[in-house]
Amino acid sequence: MGFAFSLVVIVSPAILVFLWMLSLSLKNEIDNLSYPPVFIPDPPTLKNYVQVFTENSMGLYFWNSVVVSGCATLIALAVGVPAGYGIARLQAHRFTVLILIARMTPALSYLIPLFTVFQFLGLNNTLTALVITHLVITVPIVVYVMAGYFETLPKELEEAALIDGGSAWSLFRYVALPLARPGIVVGTILAFIFSWNNFVFGAVLAGRATRTLPAAVYNVLTFEQLAWGPLAAAAIVVTLPVLLLTILIQKEIVAGLTAGGVKA
Amino acid sequence: MPPGSNNRVALPHGRAATAVAVTVPRQSAFFARRRRNYRRFIIPAVVVVGAVIIFPWMFTIWMSAFDWKIGSVAHFVGFDNYVGLATNQRFLESIGHTFYFTALAVVFPLVLGTIAALIFHREFPLRGVLRAVFTMPMMATPVAIALVWTMMFHPQQGVLNYLLSLIGLPPSLWVYSPTLVIPSLVLVEVWHWTPLVMLIVLGGLAALPVEPYESARLDGATEWQLFRYITLPLIAPFLVVAAVIRTIDAVKAFDTIYVISQGGPGTASETINLYLYLQAFAFYNVGNASAVVVVFFAIILALALLLLHVRQRTKWVAV
Repeated sequence: MGFAFSLVVIVSPAILVFLWMLSLSLKNEIDNLSYPPVFIPDPPTLKNYVQVFTENSMGLYFWNSVVVSGCATLIALAVGVPAGYGIARLQAHRFTVLILIARMTPALSYLIPLFTVFQFLGLNNTLTALVITHLVITVPIVVYVMAGYFETLPKELEEAALIDGGSAWSLFRYVALPLARPGIVVGTILAFIFSWNNFVFGAVLAGRATRTLPAAVYNVLTFEQLAWGPLAAAAIVVTLPVLLLTILIQKEIVAGLTAGGVKA
Repeated sequence: MPPGSNNRVALPHGRAATAVAVTVPRQSAFFARRRRNYRRFIIPAVVVVGAVIIFPWMFTIWMSAFDWKIGSVAHFVGFDNYVGLATNQRFLESIGHTFYFTALAVVFPLVLGTIAALIFHREFPLRGVLRAVFTMPMMATPVAIALVWTMMFHPQQGVLNYLLSLIGLPPSLWVYSPTLVIPSLVLVEVWHWTPLVMLIVLGGLAALPVEPYESARLDGATEWQLFRYITLPLIAPFLVVAAVIRTIDAVKAFDTIYVISQGGPGTASETINLYLYLQAFAFYNVGNASAVVVVFFAIILALALLLLHVRQRTKWVAV
């Protein structure tokens, strides 16, 4: 009994905050502001969701986030997967240490120089600037995860392929890469999630039409309306894709997270 | 997929553990001869890392020697920005706020995460599902979560004060009180990151040997003694890894504080990161902000090295 009780105590805060978020998003404003609070929406309404998509252009911001995080993740895979392979085979650990220090550095410290350069190039307020900045998040994650993964792959297969006359590139392309697919999945999802969750890059670099979802939820909704229902609905729209992706890589999450702190 | 290949990804190696201890080289002469070919694989990443990571580092250090606001002419001032920071009351207070926030945001998740790990280490029905639920906060978008907590903290309509009233406690001002704002922000941080500590410690518990427990039980040890004298020393390296990661993240905390309190009321919750943001993107005081970045990074590095030094002294290898 004591065990069941402590289990409930430790798990319930995690779930209750999400349920409260859901509850706020499904109630009308009168119920949201009433005291004592109304816990179960009665009747539940989707009005808040409709509002954030029609009046606050959540659709546009959602798309911006998909483009920025998607491009930043794809570029990171293109340069990071081969790099991870090279690092693993060369035992180039100085590069790994560099990546770890990069992850320790606060995100704002990249933002100030990049902002200044983008200002000079006239790139501020563009999605291009955002994609470039998000590489700060995605490239270290992909390199770190892939270097670790390729190190676990047995080299014997590649040695055998070499005897058959393969070049370094074909060893990578046809032997190592197919074997590394589980590592690539983890690296991709982690990079995408951290890019998606990033707030400050979008808040500083984006213009009104190029905001990413987290920046939009904060800027548009908090300043233009103080209504709780739409805010909670928007919060759900931002978080839901991340929670779904998390479920896919439950077990592998820790390794990616322990690289130089979690946040970029 | 080769057997065991997932272990490397699933185990909670610390940063230093991965960088240093995993380098057991099993380098055949074959691979040594082909080094030049493999270097080519790294070049694109080196170019990108150079452009978006190393260049900003260098540019920051360079800018920190200038008195420069965006839109005006930069003047070289040498170390003046740093000297100014050393006597800047507001900046010094922000360091204090950062350390206070960090201390709480490391200790509570460590204690609660260890308790949670001990719970999830047991076998019980629905264990997998409940563990997944418990770890959900960790990945949730910080801004979204911070907005929900902002509503929960509301002194009049907030659900937290209602819950306090249910157990007979007076309402609290939460983030609207200068003395409670940092502990309240820590509450959000604890909610967010306790699951990460749990997962790391759970990895440590999974690797525990069985024999010491059997012999200790034969000697009549209590559950508490088993934990205190066997489990705790054995999972200590994992706790240090968790402490290092938690420290780095807590020092860098930004989204939650910015969204919930904006460093207020007044400057009561203004951490280094918040001060930095204001200098850079509210006042466009780029030179001064760059100096803050350099000092800030030195603090993070010092804390990380300090904790890793503690780990060295424990003489266990966390791999």
